[in-house]
Amino acid sequence: MSDAGLHHSLEVFIGAALTLMVFSFLYRDNPLYKIAEHIFVGVSAAYWMVIGFWTTFWPNVVVKLLPAAQRVTNPDAPLPEQDPAVIVPLILGLLMLCRLWPRLAWISRWPTAFAVGTTVGYSLVRYLRSDFLNQISATIEPGLLATADSGALWSARFDHILIVVGTVCAVAYFTFSRARRGGLAILARIGLVFLMITFGASFGSTVMGRVTLLVGRLRFLLGDWLGLI
Amino acid sequence: MSETSWLDQDAWNLALFLVVIAVAVLGAIAAARGGRRFYLRPLPAVEAIGEIIGRATEMGRPVFYIAGTRDLDDVQTLASLAILDQVGTMTARKQCRLIMPTDRSLVLAAAREVLRDAYAAAGRPDGYSDDLVTYVSDDQFGFAARVDGMIAREKPGACLLLGSFFAESLLIAESGNQAGAVQVAGTAMSHQLPFLVAACDHVLIGEEFFAASAYLTGDPTLCGSLRGQDFLKYLVMALITVGALCGIIVAVTDWAPAAVLFQALLRLLETR
Repeated sequence: MSDAGLHHSLEVFIGAALTLMVFSFLYRDNPLYKIAEHIFVGVSAAYWMVIGFWTTFWPNVVVKLLPAAQRVTNPDAPLPEQDPAVIVPLILGLLMLCRLWPRLAWISRWPTAFAVGTTVGYSLVRYLRSDFLNQISATIEPGLLATADSGALWSARFDHILIVVGTVCAVAYFTFSRARRGGLAILARIGLVFLMITFGASFGSTVMGRVTLLVGRLRFLLGDWLGLI
Repeated sequence: MSETSWLDQDAWNLALFLVVIAVAVLGAIAAARGGRRFYLRPLPAVEAIGEIIGRATEMGRPVFYIAGTRDLDDVQTLASLAILDQVGTMTARKQCRLIMPTDRSLVLAAAREVLRDAYAAAGRPDGYSDDLVTYVSDDQFGFAARVDGMIAREKPGACLLLGSFFAESLLIAESGNQAGAVQVAGTAMSHQLPFLVAACDHVLIGEEFFAASAYLTGDPTLCGSLRGQDFLKYLVMALITVGALCGIIVAVTDWAPAAVLFQALLRLLETR
């Protein structure tokens, strides 16, 4: 067997063994699952640390401060311009490490506060645009006028009216500061029905996707590993 | 050379809605701080949080808290940390062991700060330890595998899955179910809600999850904020209803005033 073939066989064997060790959790927690779990956690944590270093820290900090460092990963790439502004996020990142020293741990709250504050501020405009205005206009805009010229498309109009009713009722369900009585109670109840129907459809659709994943894993075990199919 | 401007004049409607939102929310907050008490309809899932922590304490089992699998740049993670503050206060007072695995270093740091403050505010700073919050892995399924194993071994009495979840939601929720834990879940991830509804005892659906911290604290600022947001929901319902009615009238009768109003509404909601 060639080196490549041996390498492939070893890879398949390790993959199959780890798959079976993870599947053993279906019976109960056991040492084999614990081994697979620890390998998975250790490898994935290290993997993401390496990925984080080479895809985030290196290009966004090291290369921007020391453009010549670009040649370490890509000898033929043109050198970018130096960007001293990255010193600010670098300092914020270093401040996070202050939590390693109990007397300086309070300093690490500043970068955390910065991250939370910028997230909230940035998200406000982004969500106002995408989740508020765009959603409202998408609900009232497309269906009704598009079919205005064709009386035969009543089914499309009915679909759109259903979307409008479902949306209004679902929004009514998510009000909190008024007692559920009268019309609001009826709207909220209809909204809940719409939500549950949506969840049921989504559940079925996603389960089919998960079954596909299981079939893929079984094909790997029975085909790639055992050669039965 | 193109000129850049600090003011995007095409986004006037964004500014208008921002002002309306700010006035509604800040006005309601001011009213709440001024002593006005707002009604909040009961949310069984929120009421269950205290009960299941009490149950776990009586059983001598720990409480698991998972703040989702996204970083601090997700508003759901921030909402989850606000709830964690109250959960930490409850576990501190009841002297119940809290276990919180995380998959993001920033969430780890923020959660430790939140719990440290919560335990101090509850008068039990000695009950806090950095070991309450542990980092597992940034990898989605590495995290799920570890949490599943931890739940199987620790046999928690309660699991709180509150945050932004993806495909790992059912893996974790089902492990908690198998371990006999009473579970409260909350997320705004619409694709994961069906799984949480199926596997958990109580679920905070979407907006309910964001409202939970106001319910738990009873803080006038948060309750006022909820009232202001409700006003905006009524505004949304009105805009959609008026827009849809105008659309139907235009489609059926081609009545000019309805067409003008319909176009004006679309212009108001237009974004670039």
